[in-house]
This record gives sequence, structure tokens and C-alpha cells, in this order.
Amino acid sequence: MWRAFALLAVLMSVDAQAQTLVPYQIENGAIATSLTGQPGDPAKGRTIVVERQKGLCLLCHSGPFPEERFQGDLAPSLAGTGSRLSEGEIRLRMVDSTKVNEKTIMPPYYKMDGLGRVAASYKAKTLLEPQEIEDVIAFLVSLKDEAQK
Amino acid sequence: MNRLVALWLVCAALPAAAQDARKSGFAFMGPDTQAMQTDDLANPGMLFVLEGDALWKAPVGASQKSCASCHGDAPQTMKGVAARYPDFDEATQAPIDLAGRIIQCRAERQGAAPPQREGHELLALTSYVAHQSRDLAIAPAQDARLASARAQGAALYSTRMGQLNFSCAQCHDDNAGGHLGAAPIPQAHPTGYPLYRLEWQALGSLQRRFRNCLSGMRAEPISAGSADAIALELFLMDRATGMKLETPAVRP
Repeated sequence: MWRAFALLAVLMSVDAQAQTLVPYQIENGAIATSLTGQPGDPAKGRTIVVERQKGLCLLCHSGPFPEERFQGDLAPSLAGTGSRLSEGEIRLRMVDSTKVNEKTIMPPYYKMDGLGRVAASYKAKTLLEPQEIEDVIAFLVSLKDEAQK
Repeated sequence: MNRLVALWLVCAALPAAAQDARKSGFAFMGPDTQAMQTDDLANPGMLFVLEGDALWKAPVGASQKSCASCHGDAPQTMKGVAARYPDFDEATQAPIDLAGRIIQCRAERQGAAPPQREGHELLALTSYVAHQSRDLAIAPAQDARLASARAQGAALYSTRMGQLNFSCAQCHDDNAGGHLGAAPIPQAHPTGYPLYRLEWQALGSLQRRFRNCLSGMRAEPISAGSADAIALELFLMDRATGMKLETPAVRP
């Protein structure tokens, strides 16, 4: 019984935390500073990118992941992302890609307002946590175009 | 010379054919799954059609009437019905889908317990009725009272939804033919419902398919038989006008 209460309290606090977004500033098509003030961990970022239920990235993108079968072909390859885009430009695309292209199919990874008909279990939650987004950014920045090296 | 004339005739006919870029989900499947659909002895959906045939003839409810008591021989009387639905229901003054009409008949005219949406009995009867329109062109009901619901369905189709913020149109119009992971994205023409989906290991309705898509988008599902679901079906059937019905289709 007490355990159930404790669990409920934990769930409620998680929920309460999730309801506010860390403020960020968009300047010149980029969000220059880390959402958490901390640098990301590229190794953790890679894990999130290839996890289909977590990052969802490979449902649409392909990339330099030889061990991953069935990568999507709806979006550009992630290979060379770090050569094409700055860290801040990647961050804006992760946070809310519609700010770059209104018609994009890229889901917003850090947005809660302005979304319609969100399923109850995903309401008031962002697709990824801020530090997870920083981890993914750190990994994508490391994907340099081989030809340009 | 004759060959040249023949070639000219073929070329002249091509633009007309090329204008219709619409393809059934059948065209996106591998040859094995296509063969499973086209061979009635291999098509698992045919088991439901056979069961529907028996249900059609069985007396039920307080009336002890069967469907056949009023509607007679389904291959004749039900031919073309599924190609026309959803239709406008005079009793409720609202659009009604084929499954909804069967529920209504069961409950009100046969005096039986209304069958459950997505339940075995309703799927069998719906697929039996829809099967009578197999190979017929989709020809939506021309009733002006359906127009507003159809427009509502069209709006829903292009509205972004869920945590992933996709609209139906973004995948099924803009990215049809592409791959979401391993899965080819079809054009979302409802030509074969109810259909047997290998992933479900079961026969299911178009509205079950809506639920699948919406849960993938992390969106609140559209409940079966709701005004939204019927509106979306109205729009999709209209969009597929002229395409041939395949019930019971098989899909991966």
C-alpha cells in the first residue's frame, strides 16, 4: 500500500517536472547553448539514435550503422550531419524542426504546446529528455563527412 | 505499318493511364502475400466470408429472422453495397458505415443482441457483405447530406496529430512508396476491408487500421464507429473512387 503511494508520488513528481520546458533561444536558425548547460555524451547519443522505440531516428533516416537492418528512406542520411550543420542548427532541428521547415515530417523532440490529439500516456511529456537530446546532438556533431576530412 | 498504328494507339492511350497514379496496397506487397490474397483457398480472410455466409442465413433474435429473410440472396442483393458505403442513415440523420448498418439491422430489425465492433460475428458478416462487391469499382453514395462529413474527414486526414506530429497526408500522400523502417508506406486506399493482416494474425476493419496508425503517432485513437472514424472513411472511399474492391484483402 505505502509502496503504491510512494510510486504515485514519484510518478506525480516526474509529471510535474515534465510540464515545464527549459527555456531556449533561437537565433540565426540555431539554438546555440545546451538545454542542460552540460555537454552531451556521444556514445549515449548513438544508443538513442539506433533504438527504434526511443530515438525513432532510423524509422525515417539511414546512417552509418552497418549493424542496423531496415533503415528508413524518408529523410536524408545522417552520415555527415556534423559537416553540414552546426551544433546549434542540429539542436534547433531536434527541438522543433517545424521552425526550420513548416512542412517537415521530423517529430519535435522538445515540444509540448501546439500538438493536437496527443495520446493520454504521452501528454505533457517531450519525446526525449533535455540531456538525451544533448547526447544525440553530441553524437550527430561527430558524424563528419569522410570526403571533407 | 500495322505495328506502327498499334504503337501509336498504345502511346495515345498512355497519358490517360498515367493520370491515375493511385495504387492499392496490394501493389506494395511481395509476390507471396499477393498470391495468398488471390488464391481463395489460401486467403485466410475467406474463412470469415464463409462464416458470414452461414450467419447470413441463420435466424437470430426475437424475430427469428435471418438476414436472408429480408435481403434474400446476398450475391445478388448485396452486390455493390460495400462499394457505396458509408451512406446516409435516415433514422439517425447521420452517416453510417457498413458495420454500423449491420449492427442496426441486427438490433432493430432482427431483435438480436447488437454485435460488438471488431468482434468475430460483425467482422464475418461485414466481410461477407463486402465480398459481394469484390472486383467492383468503388462508387461512393452521391448524397449531398454526406458532404460535410466527407469534408470533415478530409480535414482530419491533413491535420497533424500526436506527439510525433504527423498528418495522414504527410505519410500516405507525400511519402507513399517510401519506407518507414522496413515497412513500405502505401497510399491508404481502403480497397480491401475488412482484411486479413498478417501482423494481426486476424481479420480487422479499416477503423482498426486507423487505431494502429494513430497509436504509432502517439495520438489519441479515433474510436470505432465514431463520427470522426466514419468521416475519415467517407473521405478515403471518395479518394479511392473507381478503384476495385478486394475484400477480403490480405496485407503484411
